[in-house]
Amino acid sequence: MSKVGARRLEPAAITGVMSREVANFRTFWKATTFSSVLEPIIYLLAFGLGLGATLVDRVNGLEYVEFVGTGMVATAVIFSSAFPSMFGTFVKHRFQNTYDAILAAPVDVEELVTAEVLWISLRAGFYGCFPLIVAMGFGLDPSFGMLLVPIFAFVTALGFSGFGIATAATVGKIDHFNYVTTLVITPLFLVAGTFFPIDQLPDGAQAVAQLNPLHHLVELVRHSAFGFESTDLIRFGVLVVFAVAMWRLAVNRMEKRMID
Amino acid sequence: MNAIEMRGVRKAFGEITAVDGLDLDVPAGICLGLLGPNGAGKSTTMRLLTGQALADEGEINVLGHSLPAQAKIARGEMGVVPQLDNLDVDVTVEDNLSVYARLYRVKDVLQAVERSLERARLTNRRKDAVDKLSGGMRRRLLLARGLVHEPKLVLLDEPTVGLDPQIRTELWSLIDSLREGGSTILMSTHYIEEAQRLADEVALMTAGKIISRGKPSDLIREHAGTETAEIYGPPARLAEVRGKAEAAGFRVRSAGPAIAIVGSEKAENGVVPEDAVRRAASLEDVFVLLTGEEAE
Repeated sequence: MSKVGARRLEPAAITGVMSREVANFRTFWKATTFSSVLEPIIYLLAFGLGLGATLVDRVNGLEYVEFVGTGMVATAVIFSSAFPSMFGTFVKHRFQNTYDAILAAPVDVEELVTAEVLWISLRAGFYGCFPLIVAMGFGLDPSFGMLLVPIFAFVTALGFSGFGIATAATVGKIDHFNYVTTLVITPLFLVAGTFFPIDQLPDGAQAVAQLNPLHHLVELVRHSAFGFESTDLIRFGVLVVFAVAMWRLAVNRMEKRMID
Repeated sequence: MNAIEMRGVRKAFGEITAVDGLDLDVPAGICLGLLGPNGAGKSTTMRLLTGQALADEGEINVLGHSLPAQAKIARGEMGVVPQLDNLDVDVTVEDNLSVYARLYRVKDVLQAVERSLERARLTNRRKDAVDKLSGGMRRRLLLARGLVHEPKLVLLDEPTVGLDPQIRTELWSLIDSLREGGSTILMSTHYIEEAQRLADEVALMTAGKIISRGKPSDLIREHAGTETAEIYGPPARLAEVRGKAEAAGFRVRSAGPAIAIVGSEKAENGVVPEDAVRRAASLEDVFVLLTGEEAE
């Protein structure tokens, strides 16, 4: 046996927890991939071709299918990070007692949360790119800037998976996720600028939208496809701050939940 | 040398004191049975030893590491077999083992998995998902997972709770082989027979404290003498016999439909009825007398 160290965030502990996630993921990757490919196709058919062909022609100089196709990366990222972290954490903690087993090994809560956040974000970073690839099939031109999209998606997913874990460690019952979905996730998803531009909203709503990490992801992805702007570094900075803040919140909430 | 040292450990959850000034030493190389009724504080004691619960007061030392500061290092040298089955059910048997071999920083994961599969007698089921295994196989796998890194100390938390007798016996032989191999074992249980069969020493725990400790045979001799007489009959008769025995200074306990007069070998004429069933005193007698709880 190798020696277990006392220092924080040991790579062996983090990769050990992630190896458990990989082992489990091997049993359901087909279903995840299926929905990750099909959902953007359905959305693009409904919004891009349906709405775009009938009501909306161009938005901010872009074909509507290009507008929605790039925006939908954010939808894929929040859905593939916030929900798995909320429900996955709750189930593993309360129903399967998985975390009790892991924390009986030389792994602490910070390492456990970090591994979970990293794994979910890697997945979300990968699957978050699928709408972009699907959109290319609908006419979106590829660009070199798009190579940065997995990074943008990954960093945003760090924040939302941290948020999901913190939520799971806070709510009393699994049904309470309905409040979070209705009051937090749905508004964030709708006012991110995915389906309509934020600049058409009232000034107050526009200001609030600037606090929405998903909006910054939407803008970064669009700019990666159609040309970066000077504010993009600030947008990326906002996502990094969001990621770090949610990671620490998740660690804090889980420590309170897991250690008696 | 002691593998575990607990001094004046106290842990409360709100108004409920689960562990109340606990002093417990477990010398290296023995199997200590922590025997007590439900709610005695056994599981909390186990969680305190892994650092998953933090003591309000007192000192805990495991394998020379002071807790909670060095809990992670201590956990690396101990194996925990939990009361509840928390295996990953969709994942194969060997993947369940290899994940924990990695978590315990085992250098040769493949070898550790092979060894554990043999220990659990699941080599031919290695590629099966856990939810395809029988209850007994899952328990053996749970035990093997806790031992995948060959720990110096093993914590068994109610290892056979809720299992049918056949699986329980199967698991006992596995634990027994572990004990013969020289591992230090702390096993919490509320099954008397389990403690009596497996433990070198038994510590009786109730209300968060150890109330008596020793080898099973010594505990029986000290608290229950050599013989117990069980008397069956209608309630009125049992009440009459109980009254007489207690008046003569004997301790009497309920034993299902019967009453049991403990230490009956010392009884004078008339205290123990002729039709009483005389048997050797047992750890169950000690448990019931000292904890006031019915045995399982």
